Amino acid sequence: MSRRPYVREMPTTHWFLRQPRYLRYMAREVTCVFIGAYAVLLVIALARLAEGREAYEGFLRALGSTAGIAFQVVVLAFALYHTVSWFSVTPKAMPIQRGEEFVPGGVIIGAHYAGWIALSIVVLVLAGVL
Amino acid sequence: MSERRIELEVLRYSPERDREPRFQSYTVPCLDEWVVLDALNHVKDHLDTTLSYRWSCHMAVCGSCGMMVNGEPTLACKAFVRDYPDRIRVEPLANFPIERDLVTVMDDFMEKLARVKPWLIPGEDKTLGSGEHRQTPAELKRFKQYTMCINCMLCYSACPEYGLVPEFLGPAAIALAHRYNLDSRDGGRAERQEIIARDEAVWQCSFVGACSEVCPKHVDPAGALQQVKLASTVDWYREHLLPWVKK
Amino acid sequence: MGSTMETIRTDVAILGAGGAGLRAAIALAENAPGLRIALISKVYPMRSHTCAAEGGAAGVIKPGDSLEQHFDDTVSGGDWLCDQDAVEAFVDEAPGELLQLEHWGCPWSREPDGSVAVRPFGGMKRERTWYAADKSGFHILHTLFQTSLKHASIRRFDEYFATDLLVDDGRCQGLTAIEMRTGQLKLFQAPAVIIATGGAGRMFRFNTNGAIKTGDGMAMAYRAGVPLKDMEFVQYHPTGLPSTGILLTEGCRGEGGIMLNRHGRRYLQDYGMGPETPVGRPVLKTMELGPRDRLSQAFWHEQKKGNTVETPWGDCVLLDMRHLGEKLIDERLPFVRELATSYLGKDPVTDLVPVRPTVHYMMGGIHTDIAAATPLPGLFAAGECACVSINGANRLGSNSLTDLLVFGRRAALSALDYVRAAPRVANEATLAALAKAAQTRMRLLFEKTGGTESIAGLRAKMMDIMEEQAGIYRTGDGLEKARAALNELRRRHAGIELNDKTNVYNTEWLQCLELKSLLDCAEAVVAAALARRESRGAHQRLDYTERDDRNYLKHSLAHHHPTDAPRIGTLDVVITRSQPGVRDYSGAHR
Repeated sequence: MSRRPYVREMPTTHWFLRQPRYLRYMAREVTCVFIGAYAVLLVIALARLAEGREAYEGFLRALGSTAGIAFQVVVLAFALYHTVSWFSVTPKAMPIQRGEEFVPGGVIIGAHYAGWIALSIVVLVLAGVL
Repeated sequence: MSERRIELEVLRYSPERDREPRFQSYTVPCLDEWVVLDALNHVKDHLDTTLSYRWSCHMAVCGSCGMMVNGEPTLACKAFVRDYPDRIRVEPLANFPIERDLVTVMDDFMEKLARVKPWLIPGEDKTLGSGEHRQTPAELKRFKQYTMCINCMLCYSACPEYGLVPEFLGPAAIALAHRYNLDSRDGGRAERQEIIARDEAVWQCSFVGACSEVCPKHVDPAGALQQVKLASTVDWYREHLLPWVKK
Repeated sequence: MGSTMETIRTDVAILGAGGAGLRAAIALAENAPGLRIALISKVYPMRSHTCAAEGGAAGVIKPGDSLEQHFDDTVSGGDWLCDQDAVEAFVDEAPGELLQLEHWGCPWSREPDGSVAVRPFGGMKRERTWYAADKSGFHILHTLFQTSLKHASIRRFDEYFATDLLVDDGRCQGLTAIEMRTGQLKLFQAPAVIIATGGAGRMFRFNTNGAIKTGDGMAMAYRAGVPLKDMEFVQYHPTGLPSTGILLTEGCRGEGGIMLNRHGRRYLQDYGMGPETPVGRPVLKTMELGPRDRLSQAFWHEQKKGNTVETPWGDCVLLDMRHLGEKLIDERLPFVRELATSYLGKDPVTDLVPVRPTVHYMMGGIHTDIAAATPLPGLFAAGECACVSINGANRLGSNSLTDLLVFGRRAALSALDYVRAAPRVANEATLAALAKAAQTRMRLLFEKTGGTESIAGLRAKMMDIMEEQAGIYRTGDGLEKARAALNELRRRHAGIELNDKTNVYNTEWLQCLELKSLLDCAEAVVAAALARRESRGAHQRLDYTERDDRNYLKHSLAHHHPTDAPRIGTLDVVITRSQPGVRDYSGAHR
């Protein structure tokens, strides 16, 4: 038998460095860590609240410190990237056909943004900001 | 017609001569309208008759000539030389074993294609004598996109999941199963779900989306896989939360 | 190449896995459970050139149409060289075959009410061409391939290159084929063999054919003593892209595209296909919907008159589809738009597209009867490689996709009858000896040294000769020149030395064999063209400009001779109810 197929191994640790599109994918995935970090922050806030007024005020002061604000800005930026990159792929997962034509992807993405804004308003109203 | 000289670097591998693949460089005078396949044919005809690669239609429909052109999975017959710099590197499709030069081993894909039952499993008994199924243009359009797959395997080559986990059923095969699932004439979804709604099938996909970006026929297999995931999830909830509701 | 040879025993071996081969395989699997079927092809099935057919497949289905009209269009389109009993069977079985594809999932385009849509096509008096946008062949091929996957009894041998038919005791009993990934020759022992390997358009320089269409099956049958029928009839498609020969479907004109010369005149009206019809409202069977032979010949005359447009790739005429609008083009001709835009930089929505006639299809092929059987017992043929003949001297567009379904199935059923009729004991020792001889020929080719000829060089010469002397118009002198030149090329072919002497996927070796097949087929084309001293359909002689029914209402049969020129015999055309008449494509016929 003269066959001897040659197998090119894929590097298991740094494969995503090969292609810009793999990097973009990794960025979308990795940014979920920051969403998680903010969720942890909210849990901590609840814990402090349960401990009493003093603990909670201390927590708020920490949030307002330079480090706290820097943390939130960073988290916000990555959370936005995560959200935007996921919204932009929603038309693939949820195509909607009306009659013969498919609803354009832009409309589906736009609907997600609209929902996002509406929810934000509700939250702000409940919080008494608006 | 202007002529331009390019350096064509081709990955060569002869299992009988080479321990491992090596690059060989050819200087090719190209005409403006040439595609990379024309340059390869020039090499084969005039510079080195020992070069092996697959090709046939030269019009992007037979799916034979998929290869890596400057690192990107591409049909050589659709890769216009004018869109590339003077140095063009051609390699066999990534993620597949190399049989010889630019020829890859396709066995894995062929086996997976057959596994997803890519044929019509009739939803109702209908004899030929009763004529054609009625299918409106809207019903046709629902799945038409996924019928356009030419089995060129560029999507497998672009998919890092397939590169890392060779058991992954992969984009084209699942998209084709999805195509039949969406066909108003078909009733085989439950059968196909057993094959495609599994760990080594759709759930191996992490939605990199590279498959759809490289597809020369704009099939969007990534979309198909996400839709299958969504439908499988709905199936699961229906089964576990509403067991009394018939499918 | 090892010295021991593997033998694969099967009941029916099918050579070629395009439309006809796949249709035959499915018919066998459905009709004979347990039958061992070997489907052998030099490419994976979905690479077969059926995939490049665009326009559609003809079959009577709509009210107002009739089998008689499909028959009449086909027979007059073929300039009365069709066997009319075969055409009757063909038009009769056509709708059922297309319907069968619909039941297998073919995504045919639809009318708003959900019924199958049909479009007008050249030379057809009614709309009867079923289509799947402008990728009809592609969808037919993939539907057949995918359907074939459900039959476990179809054993595929992908990328096996067939070299020789094995004939013993006066019947075909199998074949030898190279397993391309190892370079090993295998013996397929089969009481029945079906050849479905497609045409040989690659013998011409400008053609719409894929690289694989090298007439291997035709040449194998020819060398095994089966005559090639009507080989002089080579179809030029009037609208190929000039740079590459890529096909722009007749559907372009069916949907309303028009042909213009450099002065903007719809020149077809000057060649018996007028009067002019309204732009964008095509009238069936006249002007742009005339038959392919007439349109291609009109181009040749326009070129002689200096009415064509010069392009970097030669003279062209212009296909104007701008008035169809973007929506219709995107819906019905999206592939045409993609091809013209990417390969020529002309967008049919906004630009005139330069086109020229380019070799598309061979009406001729392996001589078969109405049951797809060749004169060699045990050998059957279907599709473009075969000649029944339903196409006569000129095939109508959209008859060939139907042809490969109807006769692919017929070949399967005939082979099945043949296999079941009587058990035939093979003399295995003889078959092994024949296979061994084939292997020895291959080894000699490998061992040859001191060769001076190049495959590409000989191929280019062949293409030039065929294009110049055996193209749209031919002369006795030119054909004589071609005959001598081809003889010379066949001699020089023996002087090819392989640079590549390895076994695995050696495409130089295969190209050498393909070139031999093309030269054999080309020889038959030229010899038959020389013998036919008349003009009929796609065979036009400048020295014999009229159709001559008295002497040439006959099929030609080219019989192979290993060293000498082929002997050309004749065979009467079967006429049932349509006597030869005038082919009328003027508006007057309506």
